[in-house]
Amino acid sequence: MRNLIFFIYRYHVFFIFFVLEIVAFIILFRFNNYQKASFLNYTNGVAGNFYNGVSNTQEYFNLRRVNDSLQLENARLRSQQITSYYQNNVSISSINDTVYKQQYDYISAQVVNNSVTKRNNYITLNRGRLHGIEREMGVISENGIVGIVMNVSDHYSTVLSLLNSNCKISAKLKKTGAFGSLVWDGGDPRYARLLDVNKHVPIKVGDLVITSNFSTIFPEGLPIGKISDNSLDAGDNFHTINIDLFTDFSTVSTVYVIRNLFKQEQQALEQTLPTDKK
Amino acid sequence: MILELLTYLLKFIGIILLQVLVVDNVELSSYINPYIYISFILLLPITIKPWHALFLAFICGAFVDALSSTPGLHIAASVLLAFVRIHYLRFATTKEDTESRITPSMSKKGIVWFVFYCFSMTLVHHTFLFFLEIYGFYEFFSTLLRIILSTLVTVMMIVVGQLLFYNTKISNG
Repeated sequence: MRNLIFFIYRYHVFFIFFVLEIVAFIILFRFNNYQKASFLNYTNGVAGNFYNGVSNTQEYFNLRRVNDSLQLENARLRSQQITSYYQNNVSISSINDTVYKQQYDYISAQVVNNSVTKRNNYITLNRGRLHGIEREMGVISENGIVGIVMNVSDHYSTVLSLLNSNCKISAKLKKTGAFGSLVWDGGDPRYARLLDVNKHVPIKVGDLVITSNFSTIFPEGLPIGKISDNSLDAGDNFHTINIDLFTDFSTVSTVYVIRNLFKQEQQALEQTLPTDKK
Repeated sequence: MILELLTYLLKFIGIILLQVLVVDNVELSSYINPYIYISFILLLPITIKPWHALFLAFICGAFVDALSSTPGLHIAASVLLAFVRIHYLRFATTKEDTESRITPSMSKKGIVWFVFYCFSMTLVHHTFLFFLEIYGFYEFFSTLLRIILSTLVTVMMIVVGQLLFYNTKISNG
């Protein structure tokens, strides 16, 4: 017994090191998985407040650019308003619309922290649970998609940026409808890659890439980017397509979080499918 | 003693703020992600109790993790750094160093010693950090390039910081 205690005392530095590393790895593996996160929810609130203060000061420098992009968006929305359409029929009858039911609504948010140069990038937004944001909601900017909400605290949320190795988004080519998954390979933040598009699909540079209808996160047809080039090695079954992203991640500041009102219904239904559990 | 603790607390806060507010926002390239917060761990006194160093590294990593949404990543890397540093310093310091309770800084140990110390420690930290971040050996060469470039920039920043802030000490000592 005395020998054991002496042994532990002699190598106590190594034991402390070992225990601390194990703690670090537990944190790493438990909380990096973006479905379960309580550590982050806590630090999210603290760090969010901190970054909010920082971004409040930084915002002043961006006001001109933000104004420009908001003005553009206003103009676009105004042109879609009912008053900017010419009314063809004279008698208007109001009906309870049962054909169109709203499926998505949008919550606007400001980016308070962002990075583009790391291998795994995250974005912090100044809206949280109290504003109706939940995990796994899609985030878009006025130009294209940005990422997926990862963790939520009362007033802040962190977003898994598209520029992250854990982020895979189902996308398709607008012209042919061919599906693929969109990933970022860690290089230039302006480009991403579309994988798993079958080689028989014709690819043309400049074609539009949009979100597919497979996920409950993004509505179908949101713009992602356009094809900048593609390569098909001999013997390869899939294209490797480089995509010029529409969202400029290094300047993104105003974003919208998408709430899918039918999401629970779809997921509840899909949960009843038989799985391979033994 | 209290004064010394206070200086280290200020250094700690200062270096973490510098890391997350300035260095993290400098977008040089996606291959250059310097992490200068490790200089806090590198510049702890030589005579500090090993387990103190380990816990300080843990806390330092936890702060950086919380502020950059990467739970556990920086904790693991900086605890490893503190552990390797204990063994490195055991070989690389003389008895007089230990007796005079110095910090392993450029003014005390000279530029060659310091740069080599910084470089090897930073390389250990960054190698572990970047491979843990990507979690696997795919994208091996791009990660390797990222490690080497980031290490060089980190060492350069730490050395420049030493020249800027510890200048007076050289003339005194």
